[in-house]
Amino acid sequence: MNEDELYQDHILDHFEDPFHRGRLAGATHAHEDDNPLCGDSVHIDLAIDDQGRIAEAWFDGDGCCISQAAASMLVQRVEGRHVDEVRGFSADDMLALFRARLTPNRQKCCLLCWKVLQAAIYSPRRP
Amino acid sequence: MTASKTATKALRPLDPEALRADFPILASVLHGNMPLAYLDNAATTQRPRQVIQRLVDVYEKQYANVHRGIHWLSDQSTDLYEEAREKVRAFINAHQREEIIFTHGTTEGINLVARTWGDAHVKAGDEILLSEMEHHSNIVPWQQLAARTGCLLRYIPITGEGLLDLEALPGLLGPRTRLVAVTALSNVLGTINPLEEIVRQAHAAGAVVLIDAAQSAPHLPTDVQALGADFLAFSGHKLLGPSGVGVLYGRRELLDSMPPFLGGGSMIRRVKLDGFEPADLPAKFEAGTPPIVPAIGLGTALDYLSRIGMQAIHEHERLLTERAHEVLSALGGVHFLGPSPEHKGGIVSFTVEGIHAHDVAQLLDREGIAIRAGHHCAMPLHKRLGITASARASFYFYNTPSEIDHLGAALSRAQRLMRRK
Repeated sequence: MNEDELYQDHILDHFEDPFHRGRLAGATHAHEDDNPLCGDSVHIDLAIDDQGRIAEAWFDGDGCCISQAAASMLVQRVEGRHVDEVRGFSADDMLALFRARLTPNRQKCCLLCWKVLQAAIYSPRRP
Repeated sequence: MTASKTATKALRPLDPEALRADFPILASVLHGNMPLAYLDNAATTQRPRQVIQRLVDVYEKQYANVHRGIHWLSDQSTDLYEEAREKVRAFINAHQREEIIFTHGTTEGINLVARTWGDAHVKAGDEILLSEMEHHSNIVPWQQLAARTGCLLRYIPITGEGLLDLEALPGLLGPRTRLVAVTALSNVLGTINPLEEIVRQAHAAGAVVLIDAAQSAPHLPTDVQALGADFLAFSGHKLLGPSGVGVLYGRRELLDSMPPFLGGGSMIRRVKLDGFEPADLPAKFEAGTPPIVPAIGLGTALDYLSRIGMQAIHEHERLLTERAHEVLSALGGVHFLGPSPEHKGGIVSFTVEGIHAHDVAQLLDREGIAIRAGHHCAMPLHKRLGITASARASFYFYNTPSEIDHLGAALSRAQRLMRRK
């Protein structure tokens, strides 16, 4: 793997200056998970409107550059999209969105947010 | 006379550059032009060509199953396997060769004790005393024993500095304490524990002591009789030997009092349809075909270590640890886990402000430096320290001061990369 590719600017940009990092008051759907092996954690809050569109997507968490930058890219990518479209967003799509090639060990870091997002979409709507 | 001779030999510093020539893998060049700096020796060490060649020779010329065949090759293999047992006995100064059980590693050794001695001697309400700095392999087998028997686990706390809190020990030892199981050298903090004092107090309380020597046997002299250890376990792959072989030492009276562990071939004296008689020590605990060639390779590894001298190895690693503390402190933003170098072996764990341990490891890897990042199989310790992961550089006699300097320079570049603003 080309390491310089891993720490390229678009990834560091998301890590240092993330999109919608924090908690969303009034979230209709939320989920969180961690990777105990490395201690990465990601929480995702979604506000899904009556038409099934993700009006807002936020993340919070702690962990390595990859896990946190990936979460930032993902919430930015899905905000404004319909949940049906997001359900079809595969793990391979997530790795493609991240762009840098990852070894299998680091793919787990990148896919944590994707797993959390998919679980959030299927979670029961909050009152 | 012998003692003073040994001491003189130990004081002569070893020459890492000369020893490196025995390790083909240490000449590796990674990512095009980066010489390998292998600083992950607490996970596993590399092997010298003497050990590698021994494995090849045995497989090519002397290999058959042990203790079975009435043929020349089996006799060869058996002799070499038992010779390796004698080398282990001498290396840790056990009283008898029957006290040396070949296992598949430290983990199996501890599980063996928990399953056999533990199931036979530990009852509901009894207590097992561990410490907060144990590796998972010296926690989980006891949690499993607690689930089977209803015994209770207690933990010797660590001080803020990362030493065992010995002041708490008398209050934790009581009439129900059956076993004290502690690491000799923390795989995360690097702390060298005061085993003599722990053994003394534990024995006074009537408890048996198991020592996890996975990190100490490769780096420090080991003398089970001087220590008064009841059980002691270590792995071959952490001291130049092949993976898949380890050693459990047990005092003979204890091993004799324990039921067998795994059932199968070798561990029996005779089998009838309605039952079996176990074999004598050490075969009683070596069911099935043992790791024959790995054990022979381990013997060769111990010969190699003994030629260098364990005290000389420890002193060299102490110098590397001191240098690592100096070099990394100078960078700023680096926080060490564990005590100051005089209490440590060759393990330096740290966190870096603003950079997750996995990013530290990845950024160092691209400069050819191999370290470990994560919880190092010590999640309770990391929780106690209030962190989820750390980076760990761990040394052996073949590491050099210039590799430590390279680590510092590479970490400094990583810090600059991750703090562009």
